[in-house]
Amino acid sequence: MGRRVLVTGADTFWGGRIIQALEADPTMEVILGLGTKSPSVHFERAEFVRADQAYSILSRIVTATQVDTIVHTFLVVDSTLVGARALHEINVIGTMNLLAAAGSASSPVRHVVVKSSTLVYGSSEKDPNTFTEDMTRSAPARTRVERSLVEAEGLVHDFAVDNPATVVSLLRFANVLGTDIVTPISKNLSRRLCPSIFGFDPLVQFVEEDDVVRAIEFVTRERIPGLFNAAGAGRLPWSEVVSICGSRLLPLPPINPRRAIAPLIGLGLFEFPDELEGLLRYGRGVDTRRLTDAGFEFRYTSAGAVQSFIRALRLRRGSGRTPASYHYEHDVEQFFRHSRSVVHEP
Amino acid sequence: MAPMPTRREVATKQRPTTDIVPLRIPSSAPEPVEDPRLSDVDEWGRSEHMRALARQLYEPIYSKWFRVEWEGLEKIPTDGGALLVANHAGAIPSDAPVIMHGVEKELGRPVYGMADYFFRTVPVVGTLWARTGGVSAKPENAYRILHDQRQLALVFPEGTKGPSKSFTDRYQLRRFGRGGFVEIAMRAGVPVIPIAVMGSEEAMPIVFRLPALAKALGLPYFPVTANLLLFGPLGIPIPFPAKFKLRVLDPVTFDVPPDQERYSKSRVMDEAERIRSILQETVYDMLRNRRSVWFG
Repeated sequence: MGRRVLVTGADTFWGGRIIQALEADPTMEVILGLGTKSPSVHFERAEFVRADQAYSILSRIVTATQVDTIVHTFLVVDSTLVGARALHEINVIGTMNLLAAAGSASSPVRHVVVKSSTLVYGSSEKDPNTFTEDMTRSAPARTRVERSLVEAEGLVHDFAVDNPATVVSLLRFANVLGTDIVTPISKNLSRRLCPSIFGFDPLVQFVEEDDVVRAIEFVTRERIPGLFNAAGAGRLPWSEVVSICGSRLLPLPPINPRRAIAPLIGLGLFEFPDELEGLLRYGRGVDTRRLTDAGFEFRYTSAGAVQSFIRALRLRRGSGRTPASYHYEHDVEQFFRHSRSVVHEP
Repeated sequence: MAPMPTRREVATKQRPTTDIVPLRIPSSAPEPVEDPRLSDVDEWGRSEHMRALARQLYEPIYSKWFRVEWEGLEKIPTDGGALLVANHAGAIPSDAPVIMHGVEKELGRPVYGMADYFFRTVPVVGTLWARTGGVSAKPENAYRILHDQRQLALVFPEGTKGPSKSFTDRYQLRRFGRGGFVEIAMRAGVPVIPIAVMGSEEAMPIVFRLPALAKALGLPYFPVTANLLLFGPLGIPIPFPAKFKLRVLDPVTFDVPPDQERYSKSRVMDEAERIRSILQETVYDMLRNRRSVWFG
């Protein structure tokens, strides 16, 4: 029997990408996308359901559709996207309601996949060079997004303890770079000057966006339980990332760097969310052996992700547009599906 | 937040179809692209270029200024992980670079010098320290170096208590922390190799300390050194040309299985204290044989 999958955040970049990836897998019999606004991409066969971000209707949907898998991609890891209040609502309250629906007595859900971030490890001078999945952060979470992610992961952990029969997969992704994703880091890297903190040249690790989608698809398809770091192999000093991208370092004072460019941040010339400051000081590295031992292969190294990003950026600059790597011709598909002129093989 | 009306909206109406091949541009496999790396900085933040340059700059200090002499270098294994531990002294301790440079020069093996994470918070210094082979002294880092990568790591179990002591307390080894280094060696399954260092105390003796200033500046300690009093600001980075002698002691192995969750705390403390007392005795023995601070 095929799998019945529900994907949250279907209207976001990640939800859309993951639904598209799952659609290509014929064993995924039913794919439902849940989102707060209309999705920006067309889906071939996934159905879209609009819900508020607290998922108040979720338990009804789960029961009615008998989904056996929930892929929770809707955790906000970029604090510039939403306000403090919404961030808490989405990450904490949303996850809480989602897991409550998935864990109800009559729930058909047997597998929960959660897309989290290595932000839960933070960035501190006391950090080990490389975090494995069993390590905890060295300093308490101070930024909003880190706090909400830590809290959301706590809920996932509790859910896993309370529902031993349900497979729970939690993936922590490093900072993402790639052909299409837009993040504060990618915005900074695409400008002439890129903020850094004077005297600090931290090692950063990236994961390419395709590898993010593939990793989520992999654990979903193979039903692999556990907590996994996901990041490209190797690390680069921030200065090197900036040079590869053809940008220049703008060193900010080590004390209160954010304040030094606050007016420029206000004008939108630089991105400097709170969670970026720690990264630009101390960097972050994670061990991904657990995921690769489970059979996953990353296509890109950290440097490869940077390369993928800058190549796409050069193409955008050169051609003035974003070429689609994935393309769905809605009208043509409708024609194929519904026209009587199309001859279906018996 | 007010709940929105629970409005279900089905955006697409078609049934899932598998009998129609959808129009899909196959997701392109990544084209082989050239490696974009511009530097050789590795996952520890070390750069072989920077390290080669640092070795070149340090070599005259090592062989002409300190005139370093080793004894028992053959006890350091040429293969596999081992934890080097040494006594620590001198306001800005010269023992760390002397051991790191010396072992690499004589045995061709890099040494990962482990220092307090405080280093990382200092702009420029922290970055240079990492590029030239320094790592912050975390058990997780030591385990990775010793066990996973089978390299040599150097720790000073006295921590900042060693270099912050006054000249009147010279060659009196401080408490060996909480024995963390023994536990890490046990967990990683590697021997501990004690190294007794003579000369670091006289290279930069501390006359007195200014705790209030240290606190105000956020430093672990603020030493007023003889170098500073004699040469002014120039004395801050320049050590006296004391004769350095180092004696490598027999490797200490622990008859316990590696990778255990916990190790007997009393055993750990006993071993740490035993290593401390061997080092202390060796340092005294070297002092007994020393004729001159400057010529050995």
